[in-house]
Amino acid sequence: MQSLTNRSKLVVDRKMTFMERIYLPAILKGMAITLRHFFKKKVTVNYPDEKRPFAPVYRGWHVLKRDENGAERCTACGLCAVACPAEAITMVAEEREKGEENLYREERYAAVYEINMLRCIFCGLCEEACPKEAIFLTDRIVPADYVRQEFIFGKDMLVEGVEPEKRIDVSVRQKHIQEAVAAGTSS
Amino acid sequence: MSILLLFSLSVVLEKIILISVLFVITLGVAAYSTWGERKVAAFMQDREGPNRAGWGGLLQPLADGVKMFTKEDFVPQQAERWLYILAPGAFMFVACMTSAVIPWGTQLTIFDKPVSLQVADLNIGILYILGFTSLGVYGIMLGGWSSNNKFSLYGAIRASSQMISYELALGLSLIAVIMMTGTLSLKEIAEQQAGINWNIWYQPLGFIIFFTCSLAECNRAPFDMAECETELIGGYHTEYSSMKLGFYLFAEYINMFISCAVISTVYFGGYNFPGIDPGWLGGFMGPMVLFSKIIFFIFVFMWIRWTLPRFRYDQLMHLGWKSLIPLAILNMVLTGGGILLFGK
Repeated sequence: MQSLTNRSKLVVDRKMTFMERIYLPAILKGMAITLRHFFKKKVTVNYPDEKRPFAPVYRGWHVLKRDENGAERCTACGLCAVACPAEAITMVAEEREKGEENLYREERYAAVYEINMLRCIFCGLCEEACPKEAIFLTDRIVPADYVRQEFIFGKDMLVEGVEPEKRIDVSVRQKHIQEAVAAGTSS
Repeated sequence: MSILLLFSLSVVLEKIILISVLFVITLGVAAYSTWGERKVAAFMQDREGPNRAGWGGLLQPLADGVKMFTKEDFVPQQAERWLYILAPGAFMFVACMTSAVIPWGTQLTIFDKPVSLQVADLNIGILYILGFTSLGVYGIMLGGWSSNNKFSLYGAIRASSQMISYELALGLSLIAVIMMTGTLSLKEIAEQQAGINWNIWYQPLGFIIFFTCSLAECNRAPFDMAECETELIGGYHTEYSSMKLGFYLFAEYINMFISCAVISTVYFGGYNFPGIDPGWLGGFMGPMVLFSKIIFFIFVFMWIRWTLPRFRYDQLMHLGWKSLIPLAILNMVLTGGGILLFGK
């Protein structure tokens, strides 16, 4: 049989030679191997101190974007919920009242917008389906919790802040996607 | 009369100070062996090991101690209560006692007064060490039996049969050294190995046997049958928790330290090193040399532990009875022939 690696050895049930039976050469060989590893570079990443870089197209915790005036972009059209293969997104639409123009960009908005992070498969189809550039996936990791209820993220967890420093940057991932589309390699 | 009293009082004081220092050093080395063990294990597996508590994890033993003390002190309902409590203490006591006869150096000169660096210069030092290491099995046996747990008992039985088997080869390999040196006193054995005239050059086979048996005596891998997790949960200390468990684990590291001290003294010249006079700097150099040897051997113990897999129990007994004891006897015969032919 052709071997896949060059490391396979034929197993034979023969008597051990004297050198094998006194163990010591084999033990010394093993100890030489461990000593070599003693001085090797460590593979550990000391997590909280150093973090491995994310892929630029990483898909994590969603964000609902606001426009440049601080109004929510989402119009609760429901296309994201339809596109979602895991059926993780639900929303309740409401009509904008007078005087709320600074809060919501268009006449309709999502009064409730929930993503079940346990159902979500982070495929990014909601982002692709969105006609208003309202929902994006970011490189933030969804935090762990003890109860399932806490993983249903409402608007408080999804909508970004109004203040410039609380805005969430999605440009890196978007730039990469656009470049890939331009090169014709994206799905 | 009063001068004599004053003299003996100063000797007693001197010994008490020496014992205290030795005790602190022993505990310190044992504590930092736990740290060293984890570091060595990690480095040999391309990891970094403990590095959270203090620089390079150096405060880890302290944190472990605090953890041990604050754990629930649990006594099983069916346990033999007094023996259960006594056993870890006995194990610890025996482990600490052994260091008394090790000559840590020639002598220190403090205020123009020579101070011997050996707690007790027994003329039967080697017998004392063999005796106390044999007593160590009581701590394990009592602990395993009194817990009233079959796994503990199995672990204890394994430990005691292993210790008894390997003690024979251990003693036999030492006899060859005793034949050569003609003394049972560890101090004289150390003195005879001045410079590089170490016993290892005359007793390479004896050293290998002694070293292997020391591993087995300390219940260290690859002979840690007494506590092989996959078969016996934790071995003889399965039912122990809190500082009683801490005592067991700690005493094992003390045993390792003492074993390395004995190996260094008997085979590797003790406080002697070529080019370094043990009396240099007021006798300060001898203990330093001895301690570097001990730390090297502790490293070798750990190195072996993280290299070799555990022996099977029948392999262990096979090696002990069918290989090491005949080899030790052969070594004795060869040594005897050598002495007959070439003199000492």
